[in-house]
Amino acid sequence: MAGTDNKMNENSLKSRQERTIAAISTGFAPGGIGIVRISGKDARVIADRVFRGISGKKIADMKGYTAQLGGVFSLEEKKRKKLDDAVALVFAAPKSYTGEDVVELSCHGGLYVTKRLLREVLRAGASLAEPGEFTRRAFLNGKMDLTQAEAVMGLIGAQSEQSARTAEAGSSGLLSKKIEAIRDELTALTAHLAAWADFPEEDVPVLEQTELCRNLERMEEMLSALLAAFDTGKIFREGVDTVIAGRPNTGKSTLMNLLTGQERSIVTQYAGTTRDIVEDTVQLGGIPLRLADTAGLRSTDDPVEKIGVSAAEKRLKTAQLVLAVFDASQTLSEEDFAWISALDPARTVAVVNKTDLPQNLDTAALEQKLPHMVYLSALTGEGLDTLEKTVVDLLGAKEFDPGDGVLFTERQRDCAFQALSNLKAAKETLEGGLTLDAVTVCIEDALSALYSLTGEKISDEVIDRVFETFCVGK
Amino acid sequence: MVCYDAGKIDVAVIGAGHAGIEAGLAAARLGCKTSVFTINLDAVGNCPCNPSIGGTAKGHLVREIDALGGEMGKAADACTLQSRMLNLGKGPAVHSLRAQIDRNLYSQTMKHTLETCENLELRQAEVVSLQQKDGGWLLTTRLGAQYTAGAVILCTGTFLGGKVFVGDVSYESGPDGMFPSAFLPDSLSALGISLRRFKTGTPARVRKSSLDFSRLEVQYGDEPTVPFSYDTEAPPENKTVCHISWTNDETKQVILENIHRSPLYSGMIEGIGPRYCPSIEDKIVRFPDKERHQLFIEPCGLNTEEMYLQGMSSSLPEDVQLAFYRTIPGLENAQIMRTAYAIEYDCCDPLQLDATLEFRDLPGLYGAGQFNGSSGYEEAAAQGLIAGINAARKLQGKSRFVLDRASSYIGTLIDDLITKGVSDPYRMMTSRSEYRLVLRQDNADERLTPLGREIGLISDSRWEKFQRKQGQKEQEMRRAQKTFFPPSDELNDILVSHETSPVATGVKLADLLRRPQITYQDLTEIDRERPDLPIAVLESVEIELKYEGYIRRQNADIEEMRRVEGKRLPEDIDYSKITGLRLEAMEKLQKVRPENVGQAGRISGVSPADISVLLIWLSAHGGKET
Repeated sequence: MAGTDNKMNENSLKSRQERTIAAISTGFAPGGIGIVRISGKDARVIADRVFRGISGKKIADMKGYTAQLGGVFSLEEKKRKKLDDAVALVFAAPKSYTGEDVVELSCHGGLYVTKRLLREVLRAGASLAEPGEFTRRAFLNGKMDLTQAEAVMGLIGAQSEQSARTAEAGSSGLLSKKIEAIRDELTALTAHLAAWADFPEEDVPVLEQTELCRNLERMEEMLSALLAAFDTGKIFREGVDTVIAGRPNTGKSTLMNLLTGQERSIVTQYAGTTRDIVEDTVQLGGIPLRLADTAGLRSTDDPVEKIGVSAAEKRLKTAQLVLAVFDASQTLSEEDFAWISALDPARTVAVVNKTDLPQNLDTAALEQKLPHMVYLSALTGEGLDTLEKTVVDLLGAKEFDPGDGVLFTERQRDCAFQALSNLKAAKETLEGGLTLDAVTVCIEDALSALYSLTGEKISDEVIDRVFETFCVGK
Repeated sequence: MVCYDAGKIDVAVIGAGHAGIEAGLAAARLGCKTSVFTINLDAVGNCPCNPSIGGTAKGHLVREIDALGGEMGKAADACTLQSRMLNLGKGPAVHSLRAQIDRNLYSQTMKHTLETCENLELRQAEVVSLQQKDGGWLLTTRLGAQYTAGAVILCTGTFLGGKVFVGDVSYESGPDGMFPSAFLPDSLSALGISLRRFKTGTPARVRKSSLDFSRLEVQYGDEPTVPFSYDTEAPPENKTVCHISWTNDETKQVILENIHRSPLYSGMIEGIGPRYCPSIEDKIVRFPDKERHQLFIEPCGLNTEEMYLQGMSSSLPEDVQLAFYRTIPGLENAQIMRTAYAIEYDCCDPLQLDATLEFRDLPGLYGAGQFNGSSGYEEAAAQGLIAGINAARKLQGKSRFVLDRASSYIGTLIDDLITKGVSDPYRMMTSRSEYRLVLRQDNADERLTPLGREIGLISDSRWEKFQRKQGQKEQEMRRAQKTFFPPSDELNDILVSHETSPVATGVKLADLLRRPQITYQDLTEIDRERPDLPIAVLESVEIELKYEGYIRRQNADIEEMRRVEGKRLPEDIDYSKITGLRLEAMEKLQKVRPENVGQAGRISGVSPADISVLLIWLSAHGGKET
């Protein structure tokens, strides 16, 4: 394998941007078609090393936007074992997603074969793409602007239908439009202040303090609404850390099965790269819940179980949502009250399970502690809709329209937040009785924060607006 | 034509307008043998448009020129007819000084300053060609004199390829009936300088005795006045007043009925005019809903009847001008002494210049003023000063003198010109400075005089005076922090009468001055220990206390700006080789050739994403290549 090893060395010597990269681009969901995407100068050469077309035609000779059928093979010299049938799809630079030469190899042997194929592609000389690297290259190659790139990053990470819609809203520029509307008003305001200061002897109408204040307040409101939507949008985009907790045999696993069973097709199995607990993601009311089934909560002397229990308790503290499961046929013990008291009622839904059995639970006492309470039979699924509604309400996502254009990344949120605090500073300056030059500077800072939100910069927009709007000049 | 060798000089300045004056004086004062050439010796420091110096942001420029050791402020103080600080009440960042000046006196004063300046020769001559020779320059005049010069500064104003328009009449001419510089443009083009046509205009001058002053509103000067120059001891006196009037519906009708006779609308003028200086016909066409337009009637001097009609520039035919001027109250019988005209001229694309105003590809050749696409006496003077200083320093083997945006309006002006380029004549505005709470006209000396001293343009006596002022300021600042007033009825009466809350415990003088409603003057009665200090010192202390938080914030921005500005870009970068740059950005970077990443980021058409690419590229390649 001397040849390919050399290729690899060659690749690793190049700067990151010059390397040809590859990754599985279909996500790690089991089943269906698996695609390995290769992007970079050597994409075709590398693809030719693992792919053989039925026609015998080299990928290097294919035109952009063409495909051919063939097979993908292992690189091991002894037995060039065929891994799977595959389709090679070629996009020639710059007309590709990343703006570079791109080859996509699609096979349908499921996750295992796709992973295997990726390994061969890496052996053939590609570097493993870092998370988001395709998009970053697309951005660096001018294929998309920063807002689009960030939205696509969100799309890749989108775990449910609703969050996919939120991501689209950003990608098609809904966010940009909202920001633009605020920006436009701020520009007009700044231009007015600029004309008034720079052309004192022209009859530029005086901007009344009350009117200025009202304008600032209105824009503050618009920005605050965007920021609030961001926090809700984040729930849809990133999911909610959810813990199913309860004493042993209250039906936690049954509830887990009920939830995952409902949405089996979209369940994503995390490999545990970022979180230490293997978990499932399910959708409830359109919200992705990252579920963890915890060990039962009880005192124990068994050292192994103790570790599990303490991990579960820790999880309870950090979770954004706790589904606390109770057996309707059992009474509440002192032990129960102990762990209930440790829960944050604002983040907890008490799930009274086994409603199909005779009732012994003091639900009134429970409801007093945990006001968000639902009755459910995890076995039959009765009451699931109530659970769904309760969860959506509790997360404050009821009014949220994901198509409404929300801020996407922390960076964007940060820009919006800066803009907002600068507007607040402007208002305080104004109300404090300081001169308008200081107020204007604050407004300008808000304006430039809004420009950087969409990856732009402010230049002569205000001055251009002065001359468009006001008849000034000697 | 037979040419003769007229000798060797260090610095040649072409043009003796506001740019040429500062360029010539700076170079000569820094020890260079300097010649200033002008087409007409009676046009030195001419003000072919408004008879005033300063104004919003321009006043800042004059103070900065003065703080660096330039001439404009001193001459303006000596020729002031009326002085006003504009924008009082709008905040210290936008306070701007403006003086009506005696136009002839100003010209004479400047001419005499040049005539008496050591190392400087003032020469009436038209330079017709400019060639590179032995690492320097060869200049040829219309009459065949050939000078060799180490550096040349082009300050050609509206003379270069000048063409005047009045209605359908047009002819080659400089301003105010001077000869144009008709030969030099070809010579400059041959050097590879890309020239473009800009235009500007001026209103008519009318005879004072033909005006009905009873129908005009009077505008008085400030009492007391403040001078521009830190050298001027006695504040200038107000000697005249200005007047205000308004156009009306009739004015509008006359103009609209004759608009087809305007060379602007008939397409005769190809030059691009300044947006901030529209002609009256422009204003009426572009803002049809505006019922009336204001005009100022300003005296051109004490020994002349000429009155300038600010706001009424026009290139309509003479008969139309007369008709519409006479629709204005007070001007019913106005007699025109000089007709309003538009003038078109050649200027360069300033993207060809670096931050010292030297042509990147033509070493030793500098541009300043309208030639660089700017407009205004003050903008011109500021550039002339910087070009003059740099030409001298280069010949003396000294380092470049570059002012950044955070240092001054001068730095902002030059950075805008060489980074963003211009689409119409560039005028300075306070809104162009992002650091305007720091770059105030009251602290220009503090910001720039130490630099002027270092360069060698600040005399010992001036330096001493400056240091004394700074010492007083620091002392007063300390006193304000230490002086403590116990709560008293006297104090609380003052506070309440200024609509701010009374105090129950003792309060520091500094904290009282931080209140927006309270000034030094309000506290005179209780601040009994206050030493006798110049108003400027008290003003400076008060502003810095009041705006402390904002100033601190801008200083933080400045620090960040200077950090990025410190990331230098190698001169020989081939931007077309940087993958990831968008085509537009690549072309712009290739054209502007920014000196550092900060400047690159300000180029229009270069997005923050392009800057990210550039930074990535720099971290990958920059280390090796620089």
